[in-house]
Amino acid sequence: MKFFNRRQRMMIGIFFSIAFLVIVCVLGNLNTEAARVTDFSRKNLAPCSSYIFGTDWLGRDMLARTLKGLSMSILIGVVSAAVSAVVALVLGIAAATLGKTADSIISFVIDLIMGVPHILLLILISVALGKGLKGVVIGVALTHWPSLARLIRAEVIQLKESPYIQISAKLGKSRWYIARKHMLPHLLPQFLVGLVLLFPHAILHESSVTFLGFGLSTEQPAIGIILSEAMKYLVTGKWWLALFPGILLVVTVIMFYVLGESLRKLLDPNSVHQ
Amino acid sequence: MENKMNLEIKNVSYRYREDGRQILENFSLTVSQKERVGLAAPSGYGKTTLCKLLSGYLKPDQGEILLDGKPLASYRGYCPVQMIWQQPEFAVNPRLRMREVLLEGDAVEERVIHELGIEPDWLNRFPGELSGGELQRFSIARALGKRTKFLIADEISTMLDLITQSQIWNFLLKEVERRGIGLIAVSHNQELMDWVCTRQISLEKQGP
Repeated sequence: MKFFNRRQRMMIGIFFSIAFLVIVCVLGNLNTEAARVTDFSRKNLAPCSSYIFGTDWLGRDMLARTLKGLSMSILIGVVSAAVSAVVALVLGIAAATLGKTADSIISFVIDLIMGVPHILLLILISVALGKGLKGVVIGVALTHWPSLARLIRAEVIQLKESPYIQISAKLGKSRWYIARKHMLPHLLPQFLVGLVLLFPHAILHESSVTFLGFGLSTEQPAIGIILSEAMKYLVTGKWWLALFPGILLVVTVIMFYVLGESLRKLLDPNSVHQ
Repeated sequence: MENKMNLEIKNVSYRYREDGRQILENFSLTVSQKERVGLAAPSGYGKTTLCKLLSGYLKPDQGEILLDGKPLASYRGYCPVQMIWQQPEFAVNPRLRMREVLLEGDAVEERVIHELGIEPDWLNRFPGELSGGELQRFSIARALGKRTKFLIADEISTMLDLITQSQIWNFLLKEVERRGIGLIAVSHNQELMDWVCTRQISLEKQGP
């Protein structure tokens, strides 16, 4: 890996992960129909040249189903991670700037939510909202913000104490100027990286909640549904039903992770020249 | 410089909450705009605390700090008393280019920037790409805005080499003289203090 310097390697990582995610989304949405079509003349086919992921017990093309499922997972991940990150940003900044009472209330809520296992809270919220897409998105969004909010709160509190911000205030700069010029450049990388690293979490939790039967309904080809249905057929030797979707799910999650890590390293000014 | 201002500190006491030790007790001092006052004391006697009180970063537990007869805290916006911090690395935002750091100051003159030996190329760099001495020039330039009436120099040259020290102090003396800015300097270097200051004060009898 001596052909590229670290920065270029990061750029390549970002490029490949984004390209992979975009391709999955596009192919998944092109294959919406193909993922639903059943054809009993081709059921239970092992992976071959025309169906490289094989077909299931209803003769559905597993490649199309996997891609469709993944693109749904990515959509859910992006939406819920974005909502979650915005909640985190607002509450984090509010906790750090609005005074003691606000801080203790928000900190209490953060601890409260972090104290309950994600998956449990997620199931509760999802079931309470009637499962389905809405329940899962809201559930994931409401359970994933505390860690990022805590990070942002700590960062703002630390920033407020730093000499250059105190100096800026003495130079007559307004709160708004200081927030925009001094705080935002520090918070933005944290926020972006936090946001991107929330995606894989959100996707994994979406799949697990769906796998457990508290998430999306069974007619939607979500990756969690595919995996949970495949479990029933695994014992009869149809390994391809779970293997390929599982691998692709892991690859998707890793791609988001690579994206987040590369972004973090790129946005750190200390690594500008590496 | 028709109307001369005084920076007064009257019967001020201060202690940090955490350790509860009294740093300053009933301390008074008046500095006029014509003066260059040196503060001397061993480490831990409250020199930096006094500097921060004088420039409004800290509020005294008792007593008051007056600028031109009015409490320093009543000056909104740009503070006429500007302090130059000991460590320039912390005094500039690592994510802003030096050009922006200078823009924060109050219309810092091109002449000041030039005479401090700041090279145009440095303006496009980030703080991490400059040395301590180079950064200190920037924080001095930033503190020398149009409305600055008093300058507090808290060991600003301690970590610099002798040539840079003399460059910076030569410039500061000239600038302070020309604009009638009152100077309060802290240093452990006795020769430097003898050369720079018109009056020297020891905090030692104040000490713990």
